[in-house]
Amino acid sequence: MTEIPEHLRKRAEEARQKAAAKKAAEGGAAPAAEPAAAPAAAEPEAAPTGGGDTGKIPAHLLERSKAAKARKAGGAEAPAAAAAVATAAVGAVATAAPPPTATGPAGHTQRLLTVVKAGSIQDVKAAPQDKVHVWPHLLAIEFVAALVVLVFTLIFSVFVNAPLLELANINETPNPSKAPWYFLGLQELLTMFHPMVAGVTIPGMGIFLLILAPYIDRNPSNKPEDRKFAISVFTVQMMYWAVLVIIGSFFRGPGFNFVAPWSAGLFFEL
Amino acid sequence: MAKTMERSGGKLSQKLGELTENVQSSQAWNSIFRPGSVFRKGYTDSPRNRSYVIMNSVLYHLHPVKVKRHAVKVSYTLCLGGLSFFLFILLTITGIFLMFFYRPTAAQAWDDIYTLQTSVTFGLLVRNMHRWAAHLMVLSVFLHMARVFYHGAYKPPREFNWVIGVILLTLTLLLSFTGYLLPWDQLALWAVTVGTNMMGYTPVFGDQVRFVLLGGKEIGTDTLLRWYVLHVLFVPFVTVIFLAIHFWRVRKDGGISGPL
Repeated sequence: MTEIPEHLRKRAEEARQKAAAKKAAEGGAAPAAEPAAAPAAAEPEAAPTGGGDTGKIPAHLLERSKAAKARKAGGAEAPAAAAAVATAAVGAVATAAPPPTATGPAGHTQRLLTVVKAGSIQDVKAAPQDKVHVWPHLLAIEFVAALVVLVFTLIFSVFVNAPLLELANINETPNPSKAPWYFLGLQELLTMFHPMVAGVTIPGMGIFLLILAPYIDRNPSNKPEDRKFAISVFTVQMMYWAVLVIIGSFFRGPGFNFVAPWSAGLFFEL
Repeated sequence: MAKTMERSGGKLSQKLGELTENVQSSQAWNSIFRPGSVFRKGYTDSPRNRSYVIMNSVLYHLHPVKVKRHAVKVSYTLCLGGLSFFLFILLTITGIFLMFFYRPTAAQAWDDIYTLQTSVTFGLLVRNMHRWAAHLMVLSVFLHMARVFYHGAYKPPREFNWVIGVILLTLTLLLSFTGYLLPWDQLALWAVTVGTNMMGYTPVFGDQVRFVLLGGKEIGTDTLLRWYVLHVLFVPFVTVIFLAIHFWRVRKDGGISGPL
């Protein structure tokens, strides 16, 4: 993408605003001061827009190029007549251009080949993007975020110890035995389905569907109002999963039976 | 007296200034710190130097020099992806510390953890940090995925990076789960028993999967060694590769998505 340096973009914006303000001030002042002359004041403004594309080219240059074209068309037969036709075609132009000759106006040898309008070569199609430097804008944020998480982990670790139960004993099954918390949803499913369905099919399908999500969802919009269906399906799945994990974590006690954590206590280790 | 002290103080600071000047203009110093480094002599805040800071740092140049203005809005990303990576780094550092005091055998593992907690300076603290940061990372990766989904950031051209992200999510779960066994206490043993029994129900190759995971028919010292190597070497290795692809694709796909 073409990127316009920020300071240049800002300068251009300022200039544009200044011009607009000036124009507005002039337009506002003229009719107030001289209401009768309002149409006259509007006329020069309307003329270039009426002229369309040729508005930016000075009239005498236009006339000269037209004369040259006419001369070329007419050949060597009647150069004077062609010049007359050219001036007639241009019509009532205020600037009276000198008759075109082979040499320039004052005997110069250079001549005008073409007039290139502004914007016809340097046509910037890409809209300038509003960008900021990563240093300091992004790095400062990342640094603070990392620091917050580091301090949180440190302080939490000072006050809360990681569990270390008694030595592993293959002959003594604790009741209940629970998987790590992120698998407790699966363990909860085990109470409802055959282990193959709960332990392999459902999580496998889940991951597979997640991977396929961008290929299933063909809706190109990323606006929330355009993708109510995708958002609701995802949210329902996430909530369903969260509820299973919470039930498995806090509401399952000895024998993986239902318990209420407020009466029977917690059967949960992180 | 005070005057002489002041004068000597002035002299000292002058000497220090000279020393700094000499060091910062030396070849050695300038060969270490690339242009744009704040440690260079005469870093000034200019667009050129701001760009150099990113371009000339091995770590920062994961980032482009400039990003879209909306991309630095905390309310858009909530920093979740970056924080997941930061937690990964934190876990690597604390994990390396723990490796110095741990032997992965059924006879020694639990005792090593116990000794680490009771007689190693900061041992308990570092183990706690490793554990809590691990849980936090699982959480932040989950939330990062949810954030990306809700922003529709998995849509073209970012489809493949979403796939990489889902792989990274499963790798994160694997990292956490393989670490779960290592303390070799009752919690570890039975959590892993439940988990591997579940995987043993894989159709057709169930028994083989379970055998490979356990390194035998039952959980034992072979399982511990196997999961230790998976936890400290194999899974992190694979994760780093996928992280690299993930970050690279973020840039190749045109930076982060949005604005909505």
